[in-house]
Amino acid sequence: MTTKNKIITEHLVLQYSDGTESLKDISLDIPINAISVIFGPAGGGKSTYLRVFNRLNDLAKVTKISGKVHLYSDSGGYLDILDPKIDVTALRRRVGMVFARPVVLPMSVRQNLTYGLEIAGERKKSHLNQAVERSLKQAALWEEVKDRLEDPAADLSGGQQQRLCIARSLALEPEVILLDEPTSGLDPISTGKVEASLQELKKSYTIVLVPHSVQQAARTSDYAAFFLQGELIEYAPGKNIFTNPVDQRTADYIEGRFG
Amino acid sequence: MSTISPRETLDRAIKELLDEVLIQGSMVENALKESVDALINRDVDRAKIIYDGDRQINKKHFEIEERVITLIATQQPMARDLRLLTAILEVTTELERMGDYAKGIARITVRLGQEPLLEPVSEIPPMAEVCVDLLDRALHAFVDKDAEAARAIPKEDDKVDSFYNRIYRELMTHMIADPSTIDQANHLLWVAHNLERVADRVTNVCERIVFVVTGELLEMDRTDDEWFADEPW
Amino acid sequence: MKSRTSAERRNLTQQIGFLFLRVVAIIAVLPIIAILIYIVYKGAPAISWEFISGFPSDGMRSGGIWPAIVGTFFLTMGCALIVTPIGIGAAIYLAEYAPDNRWTQSIRIAIINLAGIPSVVYGLFGLGLFVIFLNLGISIIAGAFTLAIMTLPVIITTTEEALRAVPQSFRVVSISLGATQWQTVRRIVLPQALPGTITGVILGLERAAGETAPILFTAAVFFLPGLPSSALDPTMALPYHLYVISTQVPGMSSEIQYGTALVLLIFVLGMNLLATVIRSRARARRQW
Repeated sequence: MTTKNKIITEHLVLQYSDGTESLKDISLDIPINAISVIFGPAGGGKSTYLRVFNRLNDLAKVTKISGKVHLYSDSGGYLDILDPKIDVTALRRRVGMVFARPVVLPMSVRQNLTYGLEIAGERKKSHLNQAVERSLKQAALWEEVKDRLEDPAADLSGGQQQRLCIARSLALEPEVILLDEPTSGLDPISTGKVEASLQELKKSYTIVLVPHSVQQAARTSDYAAFFLQGELIEYAPGKNIFTNPVDQRTADYIEGRFG
Repeated sequence: MSTISPRETLDRAIKELLDEVLIQGSMVENALKESVDALINRDVDRAKIIYDGDRQINKKHFEIEERVITLIATQQPMARDLRLLTAILEVTTELERMGDYAKGIARITVRLGQEPLLEPVSEIPPMAEVCVDLLDRALHAFVDKDAEAARAIPKEDDKVDSFYNRIYRELMTHMIADPSTIDQANHLLWVAHNLERVADRVTNVCERIVFVVTGELLEMDRTDDEWFADEPW
Repeated sequence: MKSRTSAERRNLTQQIGFLFLRVVAIIAVLPIIAILIYIVYKGAPAISWEFISGFPSDGMRSGGIWPAIVGTFFLTMGCALIVTPIGIGAAIYLAEYAPDNRWTQSIRIAIINLAGIPSVVYGLFGLGLFVIFLNLGISIIAGAFTLAIMTLPVIITTTEEALRAVPQSFRVVSISLGATQWQTVRRIVLPQALPGTITGVILGLERAAGETAPILFTAAVFFLPGLPSSALDPTMALPYHLYVISTQVPGMSSEIQYGTALVLLIFVLGMNLLATVIRSRARARRQW
């Protein structure tokens, strides 16, 4: 059974000007409609790798970047993410990101959700309202905030804020959702809710997740990639890698013997 | 200590558990040896002690099981640690079954009482010795995670099978020649059967050892004689 | 018998320390209170509707100071109109767009130095450039430009600080949602920095309103028969007026002098109050 791939990476090399968190020759296929987990000890390049997918590393001082990163669409064609001539704002609407600490914009709940659409030029009230309701339902937040849409988003609880951030990305109807340790600031119940919604979301989107613990990686991954000091050590279906990893370093890390 | 392993607690607990498995193993080995001894020496009292002693083996089994479950819950073991702990669960269960076989032999000793025994019974102690030896080597291979030894041990299963075949044929001859011996012959056959099952379970333990080391669950080949060594249809 | 434990001794030391600090704080506030009381006391008798709305007469010795008030108002407004867009624009550039290189460094050094130039030097510069070279003559517009240049560094600095205070995470989130940098600045950063910016602008203008030297050579005159009719006209102004009636006019009643000072003080303190109100209201409503 071959799974279609959403993002294909070939020999990606990346270096920051201060030498930190570089990526050394990464080749990896992210399958469509699945949760791919990038895990490993701190400083291993996981966040760096994620930020390549939505070109957020443009904001940092990157001295070298080479290789191929292609984003595939349903038609079979692909976009060369690393090409400096592409429309990065359009890319970022196709590849959304959720960060470690819930960062809600200093506006109401509704405005947070419509922000992305408005800057893309959407004006019609009906479209915006539909997007608000749809994305909140997809993020399993609709029932909790449907009567509080005009309240400042900062009034929501931590777990709600993070789900709002997920909804905010969903409002743009992306193809890929990147999540960088999304539950590290949340309590166990909120963490569980986020993980459960990811299982639903993967049916329609491609999810790439950097987990905040090995256990979260084990719980959520369909596919898991172990990154160590900027190198891809091992990549396999989740149930294989967490019961029978091939590389000694992967086994040591998963068992908690280092990192 | 100069360096502390981040899995200190788990590592220590696993080491203690493996010691416990060896203890349970030697309890089973003793029970097998003693029960066969008691049979040969018509020592009904000793047989009764062995019979009751099975309770200790079961108790040890439950203790080990409980420890493993607690460890899984509290230490969240992964990968190799997880395979080892689930293998310990399997092995302690196999040992508990082997203990039951020794108990079965002791019960037969009591039932046979002071009856003079048929000749083929002389094959039983050497058969038991081979089985106990295989078990001992398997348990040490388990604790040492020696996959090579684990693959070699089941190949010696044919020695046990040839013992069983001989005993079976000789007892059949007796039963045909003198139908009054059928009762005792049946019991003796059952003893041999129990010992043969011990050897089978040792093979299961060896499969687990390979699983712990390589992550693969393989069925180990029994020898061809197996087809004849099974219970008479 | 008093035997102090070390805890008691430490407590006593702390109390003495706090007392000392409280005294120092009061001493620091005393001059301001003293000035306020003194000027109010000496100037209040002069305040009346005629004083504020009327024209001076008898060589300034009596009458009102209306033209000076109007002049100061125009000069401040003119300065505001010029300095606000330039200052905020420069601040946005420095905070959001400027690359981290030698060129940007020199711009920052230039701004810092600009802030340190004495106001009389600004006046002289204004005279040379606006009044003479650009031939604007002594006029409101020349004065407004001069005041603007003087106020520029303050506006840039406070606005840049207000922009930097906006959490970086907002910008990152905005970009990740597909916004351009300008959209991010316009829709999120600038609105969030607005209270701080406005406060900075008001405080900057406050200084501009009260300075004498910059307008000395560029805009202010002692006497005008009527109100200025265009930006090219010279004007009377409160600070300059206060200077002249306190030093150049013989037989001046001290009442009128202190009355003028009081009006200027109220003008300036009023702006201060406005800035404070804006700042505290913004802080209460802040969503981060």
